[in-house]
Amino acid sequence: MNQYRLGEFHPFGGGRFLYLVPSAGIFELDDACRAVLSRLEKGEASREELAAIAGPDVVDELHQAHAITTNGFSPQLQQPPADFPLQTLVMNLTNQCNLSCQYCYEFGEDKVATPDGKPKFMDFETARQSVDYLLTSSEGRRAIHITFFGGETLMNFPLLKQVVDYASKKAAEQARAIDFSLTTNATLLTPAIIDYLSENRIGVTVSMDGAKESHDQFRVFANGRGSYDIIEPRVRALIKQHKTRPITARVTMTSQAMDVLGTYKHLKHDLGFHEVGFAPVTTSPNRLYSINESGLDSVLDQFRSLADEYRDHALRGKHHGFSNVSDTLAELHQGVSKSHPCGAGLGLVGVGPSGDIAPCHRFVDSDDHKLGHVSTGLDRARVSDFLGRGHINTKTDCSTCWARPVCAGGCHHEAYVRYGDTGHPNLHYCDWIRGWTGTCLEIYAAIVEHNPSFLQHFADRKAA
Amino acid sequence: MKHLRAINQKARRIDDHVASQTDDVVALQGPPQGQQRPHVPMGCSLVFSPGWEVDSAGGTAGLCQPVERDLYDCYITCYWPAQVPDHLNNYPDWTAKCAAATKDWRNIDLVFP
Ligand code: SF4
Ligand code: SF4
Repeated sequence: MNQYRLGEFHPFGGGRFLYLVPSAGIFELDDACRAVLSRLEKGEASREELAAIAGPDVVDELHQAHAITTNGFSPQLQQPPADFPLQTLVMNLTNQCNLSCQYCYEFGEDKVATPDGKPKFMDFETARQSVDYLLTSSEGRRAIHITFFGGETLMNFPLLKQVVDYASKKAAEQARAIDFSLTTNATLLTPAIIDYLSENRIGVTVSMDGAKESHDQFRVFANGRGSYDIIEPRVRALIKQHKTRPITARVTMTSQAMDVLGTYKHLKHDLGFHEVGFAPVTTSPNRLYSINESGLDSVLDQFRSLADEYRDHALRGKHHGFSNVSDTLAELHQGVSKSHPCGAGLGLVGVGPSGDIAPCHRFVDSDDHKLGHVSTGLDRARVSDFLGRGHINTKTDCSTCWARPVCAGGCHHEAYVRYGDTGHPNLHYCDWIRGWTGTCLEIYAAIVEHNPSFLQHFADRKAA
Repeated sequence: MKHLRAINQKARRIDDHVASQTDDVVALQGPPQGQQRPHVPMGCSLVFSPGWEVDSAGGTAGLCQPVERDLYDCYITCYWPAQVPDHLNNYPDWTAKCAAATKDWRNIDLVFP
């Protein structure tokens, strides 16, 4: 006789909702379902016993949704197809930068890049090949993206303009939509550049660590002088003049800059960014600026208070600019269940000034992680090695974790810097990831209950 | 499903998948069996559609003229592969003058491709 036991899920919203693992489906339960689940919490039970509690159709439904199981195995995620179409190409226009941020993953102490002997600035021929490579490798997709990156992107602004012209023309010929965005440290913004970015609907993300005091800790010029005073008026001008796309700030958190609430307030309300996203610095644990465990707890607490603010806004139907919540809610609402932590090497690649293809912008210029070249395409063996390591099924530490549909072991680059292997799960962040995903599920439950129409915002938002 | 309510988009797909595995095929005229799901009567005489075999009263007196026969409803709602002016590309305004089909069906124009 079949014995039933609990499947894999994370209950939330006071036990009213289930987040199923690994499908990432979210269901609301009625009392009958809850009665069955609480019986199974005490141990296995037969079909007869469960049916006597709640009726056979309840047992069937829970079983069909994999909330309960008879064999104890969760379905395994499949491999993505080998010719997964590209969607986003991150183009490193230059690996040069006019700042010398100590924590920088490109030049800092934990860099993976090996730029010696490679071009410092991308030339138009390489950029053109990159665009052609994107267009042919993204066949079947109607909309594609190019993200400009650096170094400091604006140090090669002339090339950026050429690429926008060339790529827009080529995409139009194929009746496809292309859009552009860039990340910058804002030091080189001028009114003319801002006008250009606005006219061409180029999305802008500014790397900025908060108010002067925290920003100037690490975001410094070569002589050690902080960059806040230089960029503040430029950022204000950017936000004022560039109206065609939301302007976002991206904050790198370090042990010296962990004031999430103050930083958010400054960037969102004093400067006027549309959205603000936070990410802890990627570093080996012994660096002075690496955030230790108690630091992470404090950051999570602050994230939670900001997330509560987000929830209150959402319940009133208002936008709140804390993008870490929006991004997670989008993934939860769509029910994303990842075989890999991110699109690196799948829908996304990074291209360096030399034309070398890397899994993403953070691996650009690293010989160890090169996946091919824009003139010759991908080296399939290297891609499958990279994706094979990164697949959630190979990460045994993650196999019982309820957060794996959204986390899938976490950033390949972070893993490489910490553990020397892109496929190693980022175990130093597990408590954080589960804590944060749990928080966002509670927000999701509150929205479902009190303002479900707000979820429409997430139906099409690009989940990472 | 009756006891589990699908909340996010993935859950709805799971729900649909389960339904497709377990539900019987339901004919147009029958009420859906088992669980009640939204059911849109497409091209049946529950709605007045000039061109169909019975009129809104269930008789034949109000039927439209032969030239519109089987046209109007194919144009808007029906999958039936009839030769009708297509409302997506070439004749988006074909029924523009027909505000209420029961009254204005005579205003549906003829088109000559
Ligand atoms: S890295 Fe940690 S949080 Fe992420 S899926 Fe693996 S075990 Fe879960
Ligand atoms: S999560 Fe990490 S590996 Fe993935 S794209 Fe971002 S930086 Fe690259």
